[in-house]
Amino acid sequence: MIPVGFEYSRPDTVDAALALLAEHGEDATILAGGHSLLPVMKLRLAAPEMVIDIGRLAELNYIRVDGDEVAIGGVTRYRDLVISGVLAAECPLLPAVARTVGDPQVRHRGTLGGSLAHGDPASDLPAAVLALGGTVVLRSPRGTRSVPITEFYTGVFSSVKEPDELVVEVRVPRTGTAGWAYEKFTRRSNDWAIVGVAVVDGRVGLVNMGSTPLRASATEAALAEGRSVEEAAALADVGTEPPADNAGTPEYRRHLVKVLTRRALTTAAGISAPGA
Amino acid sequence: MKVEITVNGERTSADVEPRTLLAHYLRDNVGLKATNIGCDTTSCGACTVLVDGESVKSCTVLAVQTDQQAVTTMEGLEGASEGNPAHAVTAAFRQEHGLQCGFCTPGMVMAAISLIEEDPDLDEKAVREGLEGNLCRCTGYHNIVRAVLVAAGKDPDAAQQAEAKSGSRSMAPGFSTGEAGA
Amino acid sequence: MPVIRGIVSPAMSILGTRVVRTEDPVFLTRGATYTDDLTDERLTGALHLTLVRSPLAHAKITSIDTEAAKAAPGVVAVYTGADLDLEPALLFPAANKAMLRPFLATDTVRYVGEAVAAVLTEEHWQGEDAADLVEIDYDPLEAVIDLKKALSDEVLLFPEAGTNSVTSMHLGKDDPGDEFFADCEVVITREITNQRVAAAPLESRAASAYWGDDGRCTIFCSTQNAQSARDEVAGWMGMDAKNLRLILPDVGGGFGAKIGADPEFALVAAFSKMAGRPVRWNESRSENMTGMVQGRAQLQTITIGGDRDGKVKAYRLDVIQDAGAYPRLGVVLPMFTRMMASGTYDIPKVWSTAQVVATTTTSTAAYRGAGRPEATQAIERAMDLFADEIGMDPAEIRKINVIKPEQFPFTTKGGAEYDSGEYAKAIDLALEASDYTGLRAEQEARRKRGDAVQLGIGVSSYVEITGGGAFVENATVEVHADGTVTVLTGTSPHGQGHATAWAMLASDELGIPIDKITVIHGDTDLIPKGAGTMGSRSLQTGGVAVHNAAAELVDLAKQRAADLLEANVDDLEIDKETASVVVKGVPGSKSVPLAELAAAEELKVFHEWDGKKPTFPFGAHVAVVEVDVESGKATVERIWAVDDAGPILNPLIFDGQRHGGIAQGIAQALLEEVVFDPDGQPLTATFADYGIPSAAELPSFDLVTMETPTPVNPMGYKGIGEAGTIGSCPAVQNAVIDAVSHLGVSHIDMPLTPVRVWTAIDAAQKEASK
Repeated sequence: MIPVGFEYSRPDTVDAALALLAEHGEDATILAGGHSLLPVMKLRLAAPEMVIDIGRLAELNYIRVDGDEVAIGGVTRYRDLVISGVLAAECPLLPAVARTVGDPQVRHRGTLGGSLAHGDPASDLPAAVLALGGTVVLRSPRGTRSVPITEFYTGVFSSVKEPDELVVEVRVPRTGTAGWAYEKFTRRSNDWAIVGVAVVDGRVGLVNMGSTPLRASATEAALAEGRSVEEAAALADVGTEPPADNAGTPEYRRHLVKVLTRRALTTAAGISAPGA
Repeated sequence: MKVEITVNGERTSADVEPRTLLAHYLRDNVGLKATNIGCDTTSCGACTVLVDGESVKSCTVLAVQTDQQAVTTMEGLEGASEGNPAHAVTAAFRQEHGLQCGFCTPGMVMAAISLIEEDPDLDEKAVREGLEGNLCRCTGYHNIVRAVLVAAGKDPDAAQQAEAKSGSRSMAPGFSTGEAGA
Repeated sequence: MPVIRGIVSPAMSILGTRVVRTEDPVFLTRGATYTDDLTDERLTGALHLTLVRSPLAHAKITSIDTEAAKAAPGVVAVYTGADLDLEPALLFPAANKAMLRPFLATDTVRYVGEAVAAVLTEEHWQGEDAADLVEIDYDPLEAVIDLKKALSDEVLLFPEAGTNSVTSMHLGKDDPGDEFFADCEVVITREITNQRVAAAPLESRAASAYWGDDGRCTIFCSTQNAQSARDEVAGWMGMDAKNLRLILPDVGGGFGAKIGADPEFALVAAFSKMAGRPVRWNESRSENMTGMVQGRAQLQTITIGGDRDGKVKAYRLDVIQDAGAYPRLGVVLPMFTRMMASGTYDIPKVWSTAQVVATTTTSTAAYRGAGRPEATQAIERAMDLFADEIGMDPAEIRKINVIKPEQFPFTTKGGAEYDSGEYAKAIDLALEASDYTGLRAEQEARRKRGDAVQLGIGVSSYVEITGGGAFVENATVEVHADGTVTVLTGTSPHGQGHATAWAMLASDELGIPIDKITVIHGDTDLIPKGAGTMGSRSLQTGGVAVHNAAAELVDLAKQRAADLLEANVDDLEIDKETASVVVKGVPGSKSVPLAELAAAEELKVFHEWDGKKPTFPFGAHVAVVEVDVESGKATVERIWAVDDAGPILNPLIFDGQRHGGIAQGIAQALLEEVVFDPDGQPLTATFADYGIPSAAELPSFDLVTMETPTPVNPMGYKGIGEAGTIGSCPAVQNAVIDAVSHLGVSHIDMPLTPVRVWTAIDAAQKEASK
């Protein structure tokens, strides 16, 4: 299968990419790794007229400590997250989550900015950045703005990002020695998560439990109140609207998210899971 | 639009529509047919090639995205031009019977090369997880896993026995895991 | 691992040795050449066929507008059924005669993916663009998905047939009723599903055609049997099969789904004639997942009765087979299921019925095992249900009921004549290899601790039928003057390694090394007759034919050499060191090489071998699974497979067949299912949605080998292609259910996905707490 025809441009700078994006408006789409975009274009579920390739923009490919945060360029690939010494030391949740995305070939192409911009509620990294309390940095010809990830998503595959804006950077806190864990539940290794739970420093991000990545707010509140892991995990489905599909019923996902949250919290707390 | 891609060490060039997939470029423009297309959804990995040394699924990469880059297919491996599977991975696939119908093979071989390059110290579990992006319908993977272990310089019998005795396999990434740090 | 070798191969023979494949150097360098890879000059200037397929499961076609498509770039022609000179065809002779399939639908579509129009373009990528422009209006009809509802005939696929019933077997005839189980202390009945699965060979369907100036048509295509595919296509096209040539390039897997021809083959040929140019067709995976025939798809009711001492006295199997929209080979699956219903067991009373029904779904046909795995799954589930009810160990109950070695040949109530077997021994070997007792102890410990991850142990005992239905196969062996050999075979490998295996068989007789032996298959001009490769038949039919042909060639060579060597034929033999005819027991005497005889006169033998009967490989598998009872996730930890298919020609290939089979059995048990929603929309039409396992979901396999020869052919060979699937699937299903049986679960239908397993546990717990 092959996409509907389109124009292609690979600008050399972010400014040039933004100019093109502004020029073509909603007829244009950004291609970074292409592993969310090209499959839907091949199935002809998307047919942009202009494809702007930013995948090779070196200025958007970095991982560096910046104050209390780690700043990650928008086209930094999953593979780069996985092998990053900076992240291993400063924010180990992120490489651990990135390692579960797709397969090695996908991880050689897919980018952090692309994953966040695409906003699939079944994707791993948006929920991880959500659990981290990270920030999405958007740039357009109008300037640069930072949006807390908690305010970024507005619905399935949709966010506050304007059509002329580009995800140029993702900032996550340096979590240091804070406990963390990622529980991804799939049928097959490289399937999308049926449910995923990312835990770091007492915050809980949920994959595939609603139309956007979600925080398990009731669980987080219970933990803050000093309630037990068991009690807190039992609230993990509060406020969620899990989907129904071939891999699971909403009822099953509600059950699963509690189990996985309990396991993730237990792991993050450094307690070995009984009998598991 | 015009692209220039180094394929198996040789410069190739063509005027292509931007929507031309790298897999089609290799098959139709360059005439290298080893790279196969087995699905539409980036699932099967039959089209896996190396771009600048890393495995990618060439059905999910536009030819124009690899302009001025280097692509390696199975035809570019050691001995291939003489019909001799002399590369460590292809030789091991033959010796261990890691292929039957052959359709997944070129992609599986290229995925394995990238895997070994990135993690030379593989055990059975790492091989299985590392090949998660490549489907084979014939072999049940048993001999593919052995072949990759052999190519990585491991004793496949010892590795399989160690894995069999290691207990739970359900901790692979993508399975329910407890990735952990405290 | 214990290895029992029934036949010890003679010293120096290549037979029985581990020989790496001769086809691999090409496969591992420039790659195999599949139909879509062909650069054959006869296909120069070929047009590319793209089919416009129905998005609805059941609808009336109210209009088709091809004008916009005709004007699209690169379009040479757009055809609909009205343009086509092909009469709708009955795709399987035993089906309801009114259930004809049009080659392009004209009035009604009956499944999602049915071809309605065709676009021919200069380049393949132009086809998709143009196909999007073909405007077809549909008037939706109610889909027919549920099998029982289909049998009610409320909505008919073919109103002219007056029924959705395709055929039935033994239905209502002399039904023994409840009396059948009257003498049983315990009777258990339940409905189980053997779900629809997709064969999903990695190479999807493909065909190319051109017409020569002589009026003959050549089709290059991907199939498991060139000769019968040729005859099918010729029949559909109303032409003499002599005017049709099929050539098979390398074939990228089949698993039963590439048996025979697909209607698209005839379309490619017809369009090539209409357009006056060669035509190529290579479907996408999305097309393949609705267009290629699918397997299994049985709804079964099993009833088993016996006494509390473990003796099974009566077994009944009632099958409803889903045929899909246009009945094909799926019609015949229940015949095999019924024949093999009682499995490895000596059950005094066995009864079975089958109904085959059409639904608005993809047609069904053979998939690895084709009717036999469905029988094995049913009886092996029945055995476990019975064991569970009377509180007996599942291994023990099997050993009580299996047919004993001294009972062979054994004719079953289903009419199968089992040739040879040692069923209890296979079970014992599997139990021993797996340390069954130790596993049960580990299971008990986990249950007592209440672990989240429970252990399940599943046992299966199986017998299957190989070479069924097509016992005749031919081979031609020719020695050339340069000392090389050509073998022509009527079999049709697509991964099974015939190029290597047939060369070994010829080499063993001729003394010519395998690297000088070329095996050719799948060209109907070179090999006009042949039954192809399906039903695990090739070695016992085609392999034996090669062996016999080579042996006859040796006889012929001896006759010709007798004059030259001035010796009696009976005093001559082949010296396998030199591939020469020599005088027996006289070292250094005169000899004549086979090559020299070939130089003097064509040295070639055609042999047709008729095995007359099928053979019955058997074995026993033990699967160990872990089930996370909190999430429902089941993972196969180990599987021990004891398989006996007679003497082993090449252990490398033999074990490879088992590995692949085991993986597909595990896949059906745990992951794979073709799902249609109530409107007939496929929910598993891509590899992202359909659950083919990767290496990460499977363990390595532990193989234990037995070699009990069959008396049916001189080599003692049985088939191994499907055994792994037949043995592993019930072992894994039984294991998962065993893992959660202490929680009150007695059965879960396949595939045993996490949501299914958890739902079953949850329901059992809720039931228990009532």
